[in-house]
Amino acid sequence: MSAVLASERRKWRKPPFIRNPLARWGLIVFALVYLVLAIGTMEVNWARVYEGLERGKQFILAFSHPDFASRWSDISAGMIESIIMTITSTAAGIIISIPIGLGAARNIAPLPVYYLCRGIIAVSRALHEIIVAILLVAIFGFGPLAGFLTLSFATIGFLAKLLAEDIESTDRSQSEAVKATGASWLQWINYGIQPQVMPRLIGLSMYRLDINFRESAILGLVGAGGIGATLNTAFDRYEFDTAAAIIVIIIVVVMALEYLSGMIRARLQ
Amino acid sequence: MAVSIKNNGQKIWQLRDRNNQILRWFFLFIAVAIIMYCWQKISSQTEWFFVWDAPRIAGDIGSRALPPRWSYIDQLWEPLWDTINIATLGTLLSLFFAVPVAFLAARNTTPHPVFCRWPALLIIVSSRSINSLIWALLLVAIIGPGIFAGTIAIALRSIGFCAKLLYEAIEEIDEKQVEAITATGASRWQVMAYAIVPQIMPSFAGITVFRWDINIRESTVLGLVGAGGIGLQMQSSLNVLAWPQVTLILLIVFIAVIISEMVSAKVRAAII
Amino acid sequence: MLHLNKLTKQYATGDKALTDVELQIPKGQVVALIGPSGAGKSTLIRCINRLVEPTSGAVVLNGTELTRLGAGALRKARRRMGMIFQEYALVERLTVMENVLSGRLGYVGFWRSFFRWYPQSDVDEAFRLLERVGLDHMADKRADELSGGQRQRVGIARALIQDPELLLVDEPTASLDPKTSRQIMRLICELCAERGLAAIINIHDVALAQMFVQRVVGLQLGEVVYDGPPDGLSPDILTQIYGEEDWEATIAKVEDDDDDLAEGAVA
Repeated sequence: MSAVLASERRKWRKPPFIRNPLARWGLIVFALVYLVLAIGTMEVNWARVYEGLERGKQFILAFSHPDFASRWSDISAGMIESIIMTITSTAAGIIISIPIGLGAARNIAPLPVYYLCRGIIAVSRALHEIIVAILLVAIFGFGPLAGFLTLSFATIGFLAKLLAEDIESTDRSQSEAVKATGASWLQWINYGIQPQVMPRLIGLSMYRLDINFRESAILGLVGAGGIGATLNTAFDRYEFDTAAAIIVIIIVVVMALEYLSGMIRARLQ
Repeated sequence: MAVSIKNNGQKIWQLRDRNNQILRWFFLFIAVAIIMYCWQKISSQTEWFFVWDAPRIAGDIGSRALPPRWSYIDQLWEPLWDTINIATLGTLLSLFFAVPVAFLAARNTTPHPVFCRWPALLIIVSSRSINSLIWALLLVAIIGPGIFAGTIAIALRSIGFCAKLLYEAIEEIDEKQVEAITATGASRWQVMAYAIVPQIMPSFAGITVFRWDINIRESTVLGLVGAGGIGLQMQSSLNVLAWPQVTLILLIVFIAVIISEMVSAKVRAAII
Repeated sequence: MLHLNKLTKQYATGDKALTDVELQIPKGQVVALIGPSGAGKSTLIRCINRLVEPTSGAVVLNGTELTRLGAGALRKARRRMGMIFQEYALVERLTVMENVLSGRLGYVGFWRSFFRWYPQSDVDEAFRLLERVGLDHMADKRADELSGGQRQRVGIARALIQDPELLLVDEPTASLDPKTSRQIMRLICELCAERGLAAIINIHDVALAQMFVQRVVGLQLGEVVYDGPPDGLSPDILTQIYGEEDWEATIAKVEDDDDDLAEGAVA
């Protein structure tokens, strides 16, 4: 009976997520102190923001009557340039990513090659497209070539990394079976590895096409071609109607690309 | 696969039959033609004279950029701190909007499959389509330059990203657990708190840290359009062609991004 | 106490899962519902607490017509019907205690449940039930750390803490080994007897059903084809329910092994 009575008095609290109370409170205090400090650095000029609200309203209203017409020649030229850069850089990026991805997979590449390829991937991923674009514009001059090179370089970091991870997680027994037949290295890759990673590689390439288009819209800010320059000009002149038109076109193209890649991925499955 | 039999009774094996093969060559031809055409367009707009000169220019910049101007680092700590703040606060701010949007967009939690779901999906696609740099450009034009504009820009771009991944996670939950909680007589909100939220918590944390990592990278360049962070220093160094300073900034950015990637990978591994 | 009147369910695809099901269950009676896969067993018990909306017919619990209730009243009615699931359906990332207490959700408000401030009487009852099913020491373990039999015990405690009059049990033993299956069935039947609960138990295993219940209902293609004592399940009737097969081995009396519950609970 006493056992039953003891259980009647038992309190219950949800066990905390971090059991060690010192670590728990330490983390909470750290987070709070950080938040206070970080928000403290945020110098908001409320008067300026208040002034801006009117312009913000104009910008949002501009979406109800986007102005495609008055700068149509600039918009269409920029848009075509963006699309051209997207297509070529994705194609070039895929072609270069495959050998680098193979080299960056620990299970098939020798160690020196592995480190070299991982290094290339790390640099490509760490540097934002726009930084790369600035450097390449400085070297190759203004125009879509710099944009093309930038996006190709960025594609390598993305595709090669994911391809390498994919290869590393392939089924070992399948590739070993191919090796056991006496296949050469290329035959081994072609029969043992490629069938396992191909569907995902195509899916990722489609996804990268989508990303490259979105990125191509900003390269114009630093003179590397594409719609970005037109958009920048529109903002500078407070021509929100034109800016709205450009943004609407970007959104529509991205939606179309997403739909297309969804369709292709569904067919691959 | 296709197996055909010749007149003499011999079996011929081919991977694909003829029509299929022709179709494949046709698509390949179209793809190559499009790429060649695009390349030609780029080439026609390029001053090839500059391009042939590029190795010399690159070498020239390289020789001027090295060694980095180490003493400049004193002026970089504060912008770096700002950069991290922009990324962190921007990510946190975006979550306030991304979570409700995700619940509205997920098929199994949306109050209405058309009137709630479609607007939510529109918010997601608009936010995702527009680069944070464009958001920053816009916000600098509207509310003026500074960290505040940068934070909002990061937040606006992150809403779509987080909401998309989160609503996909919500759609993948185990419906049986939801059914079990519903059967106890729980209200709609209780079902949410007891059956849905615990199931998506790991993905939620993973998505947040993943996006924070990306945002560190994005916020390093916001300064180029005046939205605060280390990009401001880069812009001013580039304007005066102070290449040794640019090298140092790139080095710092590189290290910051690598560290944030490591932190994010560690946290995500700990959650799962 | 529970009365199903011409209960019919037709899915949007046109499949008819239940046709004019007629069933009366008095207080305290445990009924086994048998039938092949796709006979509509799961649909039937889900129509009772309206996890699946019946197409027509009535479900009357203690004089209340459940099929006509609005959302709020339906939630109140669901509190009176505990449900136990196949594959347990515990919220895996919550602790055992939270899972048990989630049975009280229909009784406490949102914020109270959100911050886990349950009334002490609920917590006491939860501990009592965990003790009864032999999982007292597991209260703060996460549900996904438990074995199958342990999880089902938590599922039982969650249903019982609702203080129900009726248990709806959906294939409680489908993913358990034979020994654990019997322990779980015995536990459910003992608890029903202790508390005077009525229960409907969907079950694949005819022999197991015969061992524990007083009444068996056979369902075939959404219609009741047998309703009577377990002894009445002759090979002819089983053939009518399941189709042609040699039934002698199945209905031969199974020896009830006497391992006690506490032993199984620790395992």
